[in-house]
Amino acid sequence: MTCDLWREKLDAYVDESLPPEELSAIEDHLRACHSCAAEALGRLQLKRATRAAAARYAPSSGFRLRIERSLHNDHKPPRAFSWMPALAAAALLLAVVFASSTAWMRHAARAQALAALVDQHVATLASTNPVDVVSTDRHTVKPWFQGKLPFTFNLPELGNSSFTLLGGKLIYFNHSPGAQLLFALRKHQLSVFILQDQPSGSLLQTGLATSSMKGFSVETWSQAGLRYAVIGDTSPADVHALADLLRAAAGS
Amino acid sequence: MPHFARLFNFACWLTQDRAAAEDLVQETFMKALKGFSSFRQGTNFRAWIYRILRNTFLTTQAGLKALVSYDSGDDAPPEPAAAETPESCLLARVDQQTIQSALQELPVNYREVILLCDLEEMSYQEIALTLGIPMGTVMSRLARARKSMRTLLEAKIGRAFR
Repeated sequence: MTCDLWREKLDAYVDESLPPEELSAIEDHLRACHSCAAEALGRLQLKRATRAAAARYAPSSGFRLRIERSLHNDHKPPRAFSWMPALAAAALLLAVVFASSTAWMRHAARAQALAALVDQHVATLASTNPVDVVSTDRHTVKPWFQGKLPFTFNLPELGNSSFTLLGGKLIYFNHSPGAQLLFALRKHQLSVFILQDQPSGSLLQTGLATSSMKGFSVETWSQAGLRYAVIGDTSPADVHALADLLRAAAGS
Repeated sequence: MPHFARLFNFACWLTQDRAAAEDLVQETFMKALKGFSSFRQGTNFRAWIYRILRNTFLTTQAGLKALVSYDSGDDAPPEPAAAETPESCLLARVDQQTIQSALQELPVNYREVILLCDLEEMSYQEIALTLGIPMGTVMSRLARARKSMRTLLEAKIGRAFR
C-alpha cells in the first residue's frame, strides 16, 4: 500500500475510528514511515488545537436563567391535564441524567467519597487523640466496637508483618457508622476504614481499586458485604500489603 | 438542562450571532420538550438533541442561506491526496484566533462536521445520526472539511510570514 492510500486513513486514525484490524496495520506503517508519522502527529495536534479553539462561546447567566424560567413556566399547570408537559419535562430530565451524566456523576461521587476518607485520615493524624481505643492487641480493639457498629469484622494477626495496630475509633461516613483503624508501618501511619456496603453501591468503587489522591495511596474493595479502604502516605505496595492481610483475615 | 452550554457554543458557531444562537437554543429545548415522546429510550440522546438544534437552524434565514453550501459535492470522487501535503505539523502550532477565524470562514456544512468530530468528540456513527447522512458521507465530508481547513490556515500563515 502506498503512502497516499495510508494518508486517506489518517483522519479515521486520529479520530480513533479505525476498525481494529486496520489499526494495527496503520500503526505498523507509522512506525516505519517517518513522513506519514509526522503527518499523523500534525493532524492530531491540529485536532487538539481545534478543540481548544472551538470551545469559544459560553452562555450568559442571564440567558441560562431565562431558559430555565421559560421551561419552568411551560410546566406550570394552568389548566387540567397540564401535568402532561410537566411529566414530559421530568422524563426529559431523567433521560438526561441517565443518558449523559450518570457515568460522570458516579465518577465524581466516588472521587468525593474517597476525598472524604482521605480528609478523615488526615484529620485523625492531626488529632491529639487519634483513636478512642488505644491498643496494639486486636482482641482488645475488635470487642471495643461491640454494640457500636451494626456489623463486625476480623482483624489480622500482625505478628509476622511489619505493621503494628495502634487502635481504632468509631466514625460516621455518609450517615452510617463505620470503623477506622490506625496501623503503623515504620514511621508511617495508615488508616483502614471498614464501612457497610451501601445498597446503592456506588459511593466507593465496587470492585478492587487502587488509586492515589493528593499523594496518598488508596486501595478499596468489597468483601462479605463490607466496604474496605486502606489509606496511607506509604507506597502503594505497602498499602496493598496491609490490604492483603485484612482480606485474608476477613476471609478466614 | 442537558448539554446546555455545549449546545449554545455549537449554536453560536452555526449562527455566528449570539442573539440568534440564544433563540435557537431556546427553540431547541422547547421542541425537545414537546417532542420528547419521539425520543426512544436507549437511543442516542445527544445526537437527538443536536439534530433538533441543527434542523431548527436550517429553517432560519441564516440556515437557508447556509443550505447552499450543502451542494458542494459530497458525492464527487475524492481528489487524490497530494504528494506534498500541507505541513500539518506547522499548521497545528497556529494560535487559537487563527483557527477560530478559519473555522468561521469554512462553509457551514464543513464547520459543523469538524465541530461535531473534534470538539464534541462524536463517533462517525453519532455524527451520521446527527446530520442524517450515511457514515461514508460523514467520512468524505470530514476529509474535505479538514483539507479546506488546512488550506485556509496555510493561507493565513503565509500572509503572516509575508
